[in-house]
Amino acid sequence: MTFPITPRNIVAALVVAGLLLLPLYSQLTGNIFILTLFTRIVIFALAASSLNLIMGYGGMMSFGHAAYLGIGGYAVGILAFEGIGSGFIQWPVALAVSALFALVIGALSLRTRGVYFIMITLAFAQMAYYIVSGMSRYGGDDGLTIYKRSNFGGLINLSNRVQFYYLCLGCLFGGLYLIWRIINSRFGLVVQGVRSNEQRMQAIGFHANRYRLVCFVIAGTICGLSGALLANNTDFVSPAVMYWTRSGDLMVMVILGGMGSLFGPVIGAIVYLVLEELLSQFTEYWAMIMGPLLLLIVLFARGGIMGLLGRLRLG
Amino acid sequence: MLVLVEQSLNGLQFGLLLFLLAAGLTLVFGIMDFVNLAHGSLYMMGAYFAATFVAWTGSFVLGALLALGATLLLGMALEFIALRHLYGRDHLDQVLATFGLILFFNDAVRLIWGPAGLALPLPAWLTVPVQIIPGVYYPAYRLSIIVAALAVAALLYVVVMRTRLGMLIRAGASNREMIGALGINIKLLFTLVFGLGAALAGLAGLMQAPILTVQIGMGENILILAFVIIVIGGIGSIRGAFLAAIFVGMIDTLGRAFLPDLLRKVLSGAAASTAAPALSSMLIYLLMAIVLVVRPEGLFPAARR
Repeated sequence: MTFPITPRNIVAALVVAGLLLLPLYSQLTGNIFILTLFTRIVIFALAASSLNLIMGYGGMMSFGHAAYLGIGGYAVGILAFEGIGSGFIQWPVALAVSALFALVIGALSLRTRGVYFIMITLAFAQMAYYIVSGMSRYGGDDGLTIYKRSNFGGLINLSNRVQFYYLCLGCLFGGLYLIWRIINSRFGLVVQGVRSNEQRMQAIGFHANRYRLVCFVIAGTICGLSGALLANNTDFVSPAVMYWTRSGDLMVMVILGGMGSLFGPVIGAIVYLVLEELLSQFTEYWAMIMGPLLLLIVLFARGGIMGLLGRLRLG
Repeated sequence: MLVLVEQSLNGLQFGLLLFLLAAGLTLVFGIMDFVNLAHGSLYMMGAYFAATFVAWTGSFVLGALLALGATLLLGMALEFIALRHLYGRDHLDQVLATFGLILFFNDAVRLIWGPAGLALPLPAWLTVPVQIIPGVYYPAYRLSIIVAALAVAALLYVVVMRTRLGMLIRAGASNREMIGALGINIKLLFTLVFGLGAALAGLAGLMQAPILTVQIGMGENILILAFVIIVIGGIGSIRGAFLAAIFVGMIDTLGRAFLPDLLRKVLSGAAASTAAPALSSMLIYLLMAIVLVVRPEGLFPAARR
């Protein structure tokens, strides 16, 4: 596999280098805030990348993807609350529960297509939201404070900012590598084939929905991981992380960066969250600028930022 | 028994209100093939306009009429400036763009009216309880919502089924290109339909305003309910939206009212009081999931293109 020098790859490489060197910059300048901000960005980039796997490559427009953020987070939070602090138990449970949830709602939702699919995934996420809001033992609406981050023995200390940042970054790169392997595998090609023409794939003998479902479960599991990271990052988990506007945020990140390009969601997450941060420093009413900006991006920049870069020519 | 009658009426009233919202959504979706997440914002704007105009004119009816007109104009302006460029685009683009509009409207409202909610006081003649059957009293305002919403539903039926405009709307829903080719000014028709939908959403918002407070984000929860309704009813079908809205309104209201007691009979007290609020909030989503699994196109799918 060679990487030709195109504007897209140059930007991707710069972003990777920037993310890797960020703690160094933060250390040198004493700017701790930027590390905190980017830890959050990296976590959301992982969640958005997992959404990109089903939305961009699988053609499944899930509007309930934030549910897994909450499920992964609550798996960590509830286990910590019940006195099980080991990450070796918390994280596998978070992944397993996310996978199970994805399996159940995927099996039901994939009976529908198009807008109905958007709506049914939204409905299931809202159901999960209300279930979590109703768990009064675990804080209900107010959320659950996590007093101790996941404990991985002597392996890694999540309370150390830099170590935690690199853990998140490792998860992001690992997730991207996994997605890259998936989309270039036979399985991934079938999934993309189903996106382009389901009938034709059915006709040549592929069980379209089975492939879609597996893809849906993989994406849910990866997003569950970012949920576990997010809960550790904020030391807190509340139903608000799975509210439908959160799912909307994730969708925005994917489309902003460029749906169906491996690195697009990462750039989308960076641009969206950094813009939110900058605008909110500039004015309290940042959403008044962000909203129309999204509208303009949809109207004039199809294919997101990666799409724009793809149209650029060097020299 | 008394409680049952009262809660059923509440359910009917809520269902009719949801219908007003869902009707606009399903019209816009059925005809322009446009997913409008900002529909909830128009509902919110209707309520804010009403609170402002009622305070301004001192008359509830006059203020409500002005608010209705303002929402109509806002909807048409929105369509004219931005949304018409999104017809024929991917649904996902529309979701993203209108999601941006939600962000915009929420902050614009915060800027103009401030973060605190507003109250929309009712005139005295609407606050008296009315005796509907001997021994059963019901608030006059809620009763007037039922009457008004039913009247609007009937009017909508007449407009869509019996007038030339309605004929064009139905024709547009079944084949957009064809009515354009027949020389109908399709752009104007779309703007009108969008304005109509916006006015219906505004009407729902301003009627709901005196019952709840007028606040930022009030449109978001109810928008999701409206989407649930049009999905259950079958996208593009007004009849389906009407039946599904009543159904959802009833189930939601009756579920919240009676489910806790029912659960307490089956489960222990503690478990019931934990499960009941979550379960009654989930009820309609559960219903939608069941409907979609059994009939993926909704209960009353509009005729296929």
